[in-house]
Amino acid sequence: MRGATAVALGTTVALLGAACAGQGTGSQGDDDGGSSADASTITWWHNSNTGDGKEYYDKVAADFEKDHPGTTVEVSAMAHEDMLTKLDAAFQAGDAPDVFMERGGGELADHVEAGLLKDLSEPAADTISTIEPYMSGFQVDGASYALPFSMGVVGFWYNKSLFEKAGITETPTTMDELYDVFDKLKAAGITPASVGAGDKWPAAHYWYYNVIRQCSADTLDTAVTSVDYSDPCFVKAGETLDELLATEPFNKGFLTTPAQTGATSASGLLASGKVAMELAGHWEPGVMQGLTEDGSGLGEDTGWFSYPSIDGQQGTEGAQMGGGDAWAVSKDAPDVAVEFAQYLLSDEVQQGFAELDMGLPTNPTASEKVSDPALAELLEVRDGAPEIQLYLDTLLGASVGGAMNDAIALQFAGKATPQDVVDAVQSAAEADQ
Amino acid sequence: MTDTAVRSADRAPARSADRRPERRGRAATWRKRAEIALFVTPALALLVAFVVVPVATAVQMSLYKWKGFGPMVDFVGLRNYVSVLTNEVFTDAVVHNLIIVVGSIVLQLPLGLAIALLLNRKMWGQGLLRTIIFVPYVLAEVIAGVVWFQLLQPQYGVIDTMLAAVGLHGPDQGFLGTPEYALWTVLVVLTWKYLGLAVILFLAGLQGVPDELYEAAQLDGASWWQVQRRITIPLLGPTMRTWGFLSMIGSLQLFDMVWILTGGGPANATTTMATFLVNEGTKRQNFGIAGAASVVLFVIALVLALAYQKFILSRDSKEEGR
Repeated sequence: MRGATAVALGTTVALLGAACAGQGTGSQGDDDGGSSADASTITWWHNSNTGDGKEYYDKVAADFEKDHPGTTVEVSAMAHEDMLTKLDAAFQAGDAPDVFMERGGGELADHVEAGLLKDLSEPAADTISTIEPYMSGFQVDGASYALPFSMGVVGFWYNKSLFEKAGITETPTTMDELYDVFDKLKAAGITPASVGAGDKWPAAHYWYYNVIRQCSADTLDTAVTSVDYSDPCFVKAGETLDELLATEPFNKGFLTTPAQTGATSASGLLASGKVAMELAGHWEPGVMQGLTEDGSGLGEDTGWFSYPSIDGQQGTEGAQMGGGDAWAVSKDAPDVAVEFAQYLLSDEVQQGFAELDMGLPTNPTASEKVSDPALAELLEVRDGAPEIQLYLDTLLGASVGGAMNDAIALQFAGKATPQDVVDAVQSAAEADQ
Repeated sequence: MTDTAVRSADRAPARSADRRPERRGRAATWRKRAEIALFVTPALALLVAFVVVPVATAVQMSLYKWKGFGPMVDFVGLRNYVSVLTNEVFTDAVVHNLIIVVGSIVLQLPLGLAIALLLNRKMWGQGLLRTIIFVPYVLAEVIAGVVWFQLLQPQYGVIDTMLAAVGLHGPDQGFLGTPEYALWTVLVVLTWKYLGLAVILFLAGLQGVPDELYEAAQLDGASWWQVQRRITIPLLGPTMRTWGFLSMIGSLQLFDMVWILTGGGPANATTTMATFLVNEGTKRQNFGIAGAASVVLFVIALVLALAYQKFILSRDSKEEGR
């Protein structure tokens, strides 16, 4: 008897295990969102769910309603991770909100292929022309599917006073200078850099930047579109990473360090002065503020320099890597939703967005309204960059991007060679075809 | 053969006699059936909605290439299974699971038994000690995981600081960050977490050992060790075997603790089947591969459960059957 129960128990438990993967495939949708048949109501999901940002977006929605009598905007503000989960569920259910966030690249292309997004090329042509430089990551086969409203770049955030303490007067512009900086910091008893390799993508950013330096933009484009990563520049990028890893610049235990959660995360270590620098995006000052007790992050000591260039590189000098958030409109949303998405990119809304330091606005008229000095500096770099390459994992989509990040994390752990990483990308990309 | 034939022959006339008597009999059977239906339906509906349907979907998903949205149309047959079973990360994950299955039993069985025997003696502070041993098991897995993650932080964590204070030096990447140590560190944390369950079960089992046996042994002049070896442990057998089963299934499905402590890293040194499938599914949107991995996990768990039942638990059922 007991045996039978045990088997039943085992079976149930095993079934539950199997059931894990089955979650979220049901055809039930959430009812607190989703496209409404009623053309006068549009649903909008965003991730500014706290403080000024939330208030501002509520006001934006109310203003739009005032200008469009008879139209109601249902706003759902949620935490970023929650939003992504709910969006995935909504896509599965075929019940996406009318206006929502897209991050571009392969993910967006997948959504386009699944017929989830409205082609905005025609209806939003005016808006697209004002933000033209940032559109490339949001286009598929020449058609535009989302309107980027914030676009940031990744670079080294550093602690000015620690650099001073180590006798560093100028920020590095080449890899050799960067290694010098590492040496000087170490000599002064300071851990040079932190990296959240536990989350993988922060570590992968080093590899991406090396690729952007070692490979020309054309080579990268061709490799992605033709699914052929055999150009030697990809392996060279990994070799540059090996060189950098050999200088051992990172915090102890970086293989399990998370990117942004807690005082011992990569951002936490920089914020508390335990390390001198970290490679991160435009979000870093905000994240550090959240990780310090007085809410000021590194404050006056916050500095920024871009990823150094590599001797003999084929990539464009000064090219930056970054990414952005864009407003997309779901396929069967009413026309007024497109108008709303365009309104979100208008001078007025983008200027307010910039004043609150909610991101790096794409509308040129909003640039000068950015008040945070660190962000303003970054904005200059971004606007002066000859090209901005989208984060490679976003560019390649979740499946290939995930395999790539895992392989790069292995290289950080000393368990993969530069060639292994390229092979992993190649085979994941082939499987994704 | 003949036995059944005789029995059904016996029953046949009785049944036809039964059917006759009156309508009340039939009404009673219907009522009984209605009652069964009434009580079983809600549970059955829940089981179907939350277990059977998701499992069926997972199986269906495992035959398609699907990114989690849009219609499931790209049928790939068994390709996902091939890619899962030939994936080194997955086969390593199976090995990690098996190491944890064996490691948990090897570590927790003697430790749990020793502590249970100790706590079974009348002594001062017995209740308090039992509580202390049991607290980790009651603690939410995620909370325990986060606490241990912080304790094990290299350089800034409590454990590294304590080691440094006595002149020892932990591994540079920390215990969780060094591929060679990570799995064993996870195993130690799991032992800490689940020892309480073993102890409580064994203590409960010890209550079922009749006092007369101890008295008889004492009269015969048996030593404490002889009593434990000849009486307590054999009589605790069924409890230990049931605990072993629970431990095995828990180890096969291990997810939360690993996810919090290492996320399967460093360098895939602690990946389990469950972290593999979650990573493939929710992170990489390879839902087909995740589906295939979950089916493989199901089969492995089922086979091991049946084997355990046949070779180990069957002794108990036979004993009870007699």
